[in-house]
Amino acid sequence: MNDRVAAAWRLLPEYLSQHVLLSLCALVLGLAISLPLAVAASRNRAVRWPALFLASLVQTIPSLALLALFYPLLLALSTLSQAWFGRGFPALGFAPSLMALTLYSMLPILRNGVAGLTGVDPAVIEAADGMGMTSGQKLWRVEAPLAAPVIMAGVRTSAVWTIGAATLATPVGQTSLGNYIFSGLQTENWVAVLFGCIAAAVLALAADQLLGLIESGLASRRRWRIWTGAAGLVIGAALALSPIWASGATPAYRIGAKNFSEQYILADLMAARLEATGARVETRDDLGSATIYRALAAGEIDAYVDYSGTLWTNVLNRTDNPGRAAVLAGLKVELARRDGVLLLGPLGFENAYALAMRQDRARALGISGLDDLARRSSELTLGSDLEFLSRPEWRSVKNAYGLNFKKLVSYQPTFMYAALMEGEVDAISAFSSDGRIEADHLVVLADPKRALPPYDAVLLISPRRVHDARLLAALRPLVGAINVATMREANYSVDRQSGKLTPAAAAARLNAKIATGAARAP
Amino acid sequence: MIELDGVRKAWTGGPSVGPLTLSIEAGTFVALLGGSGAGKTTTLKMINGLVEPDSGGVRVAGRAADEEPVHLRRRRIGYVFQEIGLFPHMTVAENVAVGPSLAQWPKERTAARIAELLSLTALPADASGRMPAELSGGQRQRVGLARALAAEPKVMLMDEPFGALDPIVRESLGRDYRALHDQLGLTTVLVTHDVTEALLLADRIVVMDAGHIIADDTPAALLGERQEPAVRALMDTPRRQAQAVEVLARGGDRHE
Repeated sequence: MNDRVAAAWRLLPEYLSQHVLLSLCALVLGLAISLPLAVAASRNRAVRWPALFLASLVQTIPSLALLALFYPLLLALSTLSQAWFGRGFPALGFAPSLMALTLYSMLPILRNGVAGLTGVDPAVIEAADGMGMTSGQKLWRVEAPLAAPVIMAGVRTSAVWTIGAATLATPVGQTSLGNYIFSGLQTENWVAVLFGCIAAAVLALAADQLLGLIESGLASRRRWRIWTGAAGLVIGAALALSPIWASGATPAYRIGAKNFSEQYILADLMAARLEATGARVETRDDLGSATIYRALAAGEIDAYVDYSGTLWTNVLNRTDNPGRAAVLAGLKVELARRDGVLLLGPLGFENAYALAMRQDRARALGISGLDDLARRSSELTLGSDLEFLSRPEWRSVKNAYGLNFKKLVSYQPTFMYAALMEGEVDAISAFSSDGRIEADHLVVLADPKRALPPYDAVLLISPRRVHDARLLAALRPLVGAINVATMREANYSVDRQSGKLTPAAAAARLNAKIATGAARAP
Repeated sequence: MIELDGVRKAWTGGPSVGPLTLSIEAGTFVALLGGSGAGKTTTLKMINGLVEPDSGGVRVAGRAADEEPVHLRRRRIGYVFQEIGLFPHMTVAENVAVGPSLAQWPKERTAARIAELLSLTALPADASGRMPAELSGGQRQRVGLARALAAEPKVMLMDEPFGALDPIVRESLGRDYRALHDQLGLTTVLVTHDVTEALLLADRIVVMDAGHIIADDTPAALLGERQEPAVRALMDTPRRQAQAVEVLARGGDRHE
């Protein structure tokens, strides 16, 4: 418990600085767009309702989806820019997060801005006009000061929303306080989840109180309140951002990871091996499984581990299953030809999609393979992770065996295992390298028709690092070096309920075992 | 000083004003008198451009409306209206200083002018640091007056300036203003529906009805016998009231 809190504290400077940088930029940009728009909207009805309508519309999009939507958009723009100007730009991380959060921050500022400006007493406006103020003088001397408290109330709301929503930037590759929450959820590290929630809440409250001081200062014309609030904001932001200036230049290497324990461990393993050569490394955790390959191909991350079956079906859009070796060989050629991506080699274990059941339940129903399961499926419920049911593997296995479940339920993986153990579902879509298979005494159902493709863990290198000797030298020893038992053990050390390790600690232990050669795949 | 030459303004779905032709000599105190909807306020606002006439020409102090941007014309004309429109986020002194600051006066001149105006409008000297919300209705209108006079305009436009005040304050403020008008050599156009106020303050009364001028003369002449029926009806009320009050004052009976 204490060491988990200590581990969370150690990550705070990096996560907090990135979180503050992102929220601050989004808020400043949101203000820069919303305030002039609010002035235009308050003077012109033809601008007012479309602006408010669009801002409200943005608000109805779930914030996570809004963040996710900017990735493909920026990727397309980057590709266009590459084609036209010979220069692309990163479509992952800061840019899409900033754009989504900026849009998200606009509504409260815009709405309060319009309300504040149109709410100024018409007699006061008539006096300003009658005295011969120009439109600009009227705005700065009369309308803006009178609307300022209402506008500041909008800025407060916007700041709280933006700081909260910035935690959702983690899955698009931007480090934030959300890293605690997303990785904590995956590794069942509730201390980390709680730590992330509290950190984000404290940050939002602090910003809210300081902005509130400015707001009340504006309303009551008390200058010291305005200055105290402003000084608090500047000092707080400078303190939070200081680790960024201290750390200096951008890291040399970026290692990507999807959003589950095995991926965190392998990314930390690769990062540790690179750092051992003196390189500076950054990991990008919690990337979506569809975006991570494109991020690699675009050179936004340098290396990550993917699975042959996933690449085969999702990247190459193949539906056949020519066998493990043929899939690997085909991938190596095709990925290099299509995207210039180097498949360095398989790590030695498979992490396949497999359907699994509790041993006692399988025995009671007389099920040992998918063909047995198909005969009883109309009475059974299948639990799956969030993406399995929309993947081609599910269609292929369903069609091959004629699976027809009574009910299908999707869970976040942690809760999927819990649902199986509690008997809420009869079978689940598991991963063959998951440590919980052994720990929970699950049986993996046999696949006699080979409907599920092979899922060898493979090391992928981005096109711009294909000739990077340091990177290749650091990672090549991992090829064929990790057998499935070793990987399951490492995964379980992170996923288990008590005495769990951090992914970095599990990676260090794994690295030590690899060095002895004890983990080599057969 | 003020020339309206065939000005006309039509409101969509509402009454129209004009064509009106009106010439006001420098130093005159003119009352625009009439019922609501007679077009008094529209006529007044066409002088300082708060209402743009559809056609016709406006000249103030010899300058035609199209010779300069409208905000520059307004800075040379003082404007006071019933709702006052004091800037609620500024102190009394800051409100009064708005006109001089738009005219970019130096600080010392503005400060001296504020002190001068507070005394001219009979405001207590310690009022300068107060906020408008802390003042009484009469004091607020005095600040409105001081603000309108601050940049030393030669022309004052007043739209029912005393309409919301109680009768005693109203009467004393009206008399104070008339004294200022004479003392500062102003040209004043006062819009009012109060016949007595017009009779007691103005040198010249322009009676309006349905967007047109139906009479234009001195108070004494309008009270005379030669008038057309509408004007005579208008003047009868104050005359009758005055006679009744006089009778009461001599100790007589109200129904005499």
